[in-house]
Amino acid sequence: MIRLNAKWTSYPYIVWMLLFTILPLLLVVYFAFTDSSGAFTLDNVKQSALYIPTLVNSIYLAALATLFCLVLAYPFAFIMSRLSFSRQKMMSMLIMLPMWMNFLLRTYAWQAILEDNGVINTLLTAIGLPPATLINTSGAVVLGMVYNYIPFMILPLYSIMTKIDKSILEASSDLGAGFFATFRRVVLPLSLPGIVSGVTMVFVPAVSTFVISGMLGGSGNYLIGDLIEVQFLGNSYDLNAGSATSLLLMVVVLITMAIFSRFETEDSEEALV
Amino acid sequence: MKKVLSVFLALLVALCAFSVTAMADDADAYAIDEEYYAKFKGQNLKLYVYNWGEYIADGADGSRDVIAWFEELTGIDVEYTTFDTNEGLYSKLQSGSAYYDVIIPSDYMVSRLAQQGMLEKLNFDNIPNFARYVDESFRNPDYDEAQEYSVPYTWGTVGIIYNTKYIESVDSWSALWEEEYKGKILMFDNSRDAFAIALKYLGYSLNTEDAEEITEAAELLKQQKPLVQAYVMDQIFDKMVEENAWIAPYYAGDYLTMAEDNEALAFAFPKEGTNSFVDAMCVPKGCVNREAAELFINFMCEPAVSAENCGMIGYSTPISAAKTMMDEEMTSNEIAYPSAALLENTEMFVNLSDETNRQLDILWISVSVGSLTSGFWVVVSVSAVLILTYSVYHMTVKKKRAAMRAAKDV
Repeated sequence: MIRLNAKWTSYPYIVWMLLFTILPLLLVVYFAFTDSSGAFTLDNVKQSALYIPTLVNSIYLAALATLFCLVLAYPFAFIMSRLSFSRQKMMSMLIMLPMWMNFLLRTYAWQAILEDNGVINTLLTAIGLPPATLINTSGAVVLGMVYNYIPFMILPLYSIMTKIDKSILEASSDLGAGFFATFRRVVLPLSLPGIVSGVTMVFVPAVSTFVISGMLGGSGNYLIGDLIEVQFLGNSYDLNAGSATSLLLMVVVLITMAIFSRFETEDSEEALV
Repeated sequence: MKKVLSVFLALLVALCAFSVTAMADDADAYAIDEEYYAKFKGQNLKLYVYNWGEYIADGADGSRDVIAWFEELTGIDVEYTTFDTNEGLYSKLQSGSAYYDVIIPSDYMVSRLAQQGMLEKLNFDNIPNFARYVDESFRNPDYDEAQEYSVPYTWGTVGIIYNTKYIESVDSWSALWEEEYKGKILMFDNSRDAFAIALKYLGYSLNTEDAEEITEAAELLKQQKPLVQAYVMDQIFDKMVEENAWIAPYYAGDYLTMAEDNEALAFAFPKEGTNSFVDAMCVPKGCVNREAAELFINFMCEPAVSAENCGMIGYSTPISAAKTMMDEEMTSNEIAYPSAALLENTEMFVNLSDETNRQLDILWISVSVGSLTSGFWVVVSVSAVLILTYSVYHMTVKKKRAAMRAAKDV
């Protein structure tokens, strides 16, 4: 008989991690601290400090998008987890459906919708309203992020909420807790791990995106992802500068995540007390 | 009524017959030597070709699929992939992660690749069509003076595309800095092309290595930024055709494609001069099927093939013989084939020094990044508030626990 907890079953995963996660990370660190000839230098890192405002702007837009995703996805996931099994299946299918289409195409479609002569503005002018400036604003970028990443918020929330047994909610209301008390003292603490993984899965890709900002953001919404793209694919093929900026981004994301997970452990401790 | 119809039909048949014979004449003069192309038949060779996107006749719009044509003629299997920018091609080759037999970079990239020893020298004995068909003016170009590494594929110019519904006429790069068109201006999303425009507008060479001239151009681009709707490449097609933008600099060949979809679009050669370019076929270092690669290059120089390609993509052919097989409307077009006097006022890119390339990139990023946004202060203040509440919360929890523990101990 094969013991499923046998150590060797994890080897493929370890090899995969080493090759495609650890090694590339080490390469990024190596390139960030060397110049084109391979000598040690701090210039790249110093230079990337110039781009902190861009980084902060990216964090701002990504945080906004994450917040919107959470606000939209949380009640949706809760309601969905309370539906009958076949309905749940159908709903998760509908959430996955847009992801079968390429990400670029979906963003391109938003461009056509939001353009000055796009679908929305054509409708607005048709019913006699003045056209609105929708595209090439930071709002359009946030919209693009929310649209593209919301499944990554719904799915972890949903999967954790299906584990909240109906009897727990009933017990809570039997003991006299109202809707808000049940939510605050039962549902919220129990779904916290789902919130944390959902926030991570939305925030991290959103903060490093470059396609969405380029297509929907116009000239005024330049994000850190765009910058890294230019450093790698610009005229000078500057691996070192690009790596330094990537490293800066990674460090900031890690710090954000660390702070966030501290909140989680504190709260669960409190729930136990 | 019937009579009219039959006369009309007869005329039509006659017309068809006439055009068929006319085409046959041309085809005879520039017949394809099938035997020459059959030399690798039966060897199951595979050829990897790397070209710009939407840059070959692929059977769409009534054109002939030239890759299929080549495969049929030679028995060589072609693996055809595409890229978006010269720099993308360069980094792909640099990383060593992909194998190609034939690549089609632009002029300055040809010279950079050649300088860095990334190209094989071509054996022109295997490319007889170069001597036979390629126009004199495209031989020994600046980017490949000794004519060792490249064979021209297409050429073209950059100019200003504008919508005549909103803009009366344009004759200078200054139109792209016009306050009036604020939010309706598009701009190149790559540093080399964007700087070329600013440099030309200032009256400098677009190949300048003078740091001060480049800085001056960067300042000009920064001034332009608030007026620019977006920095784009091929998205320009949709934005101009749908009239979401009024004015944009782009390649002449693509203007011809856009004009088919929106007749209000016009094209202007700015009086300050502009950039002209050649995209050329090369063989990268390490190619194992060099002779087959050269066979492919030779095939692309067949006038009939070049006519198919240029007829479809709208860029200009360096092979005059091909023009006789193309639409008269296209070959007589001043935009696709500008007069010698206009070409006099154009300049081709050459490869810049590493230092200048770096400066261009850094300045381009500083143009794109712009100034601090309101988001910056929002994030700074929100995170300050968060940290503050967190530490206050932390302290109260600690105190509570200490109190609880003290209570327990008692």
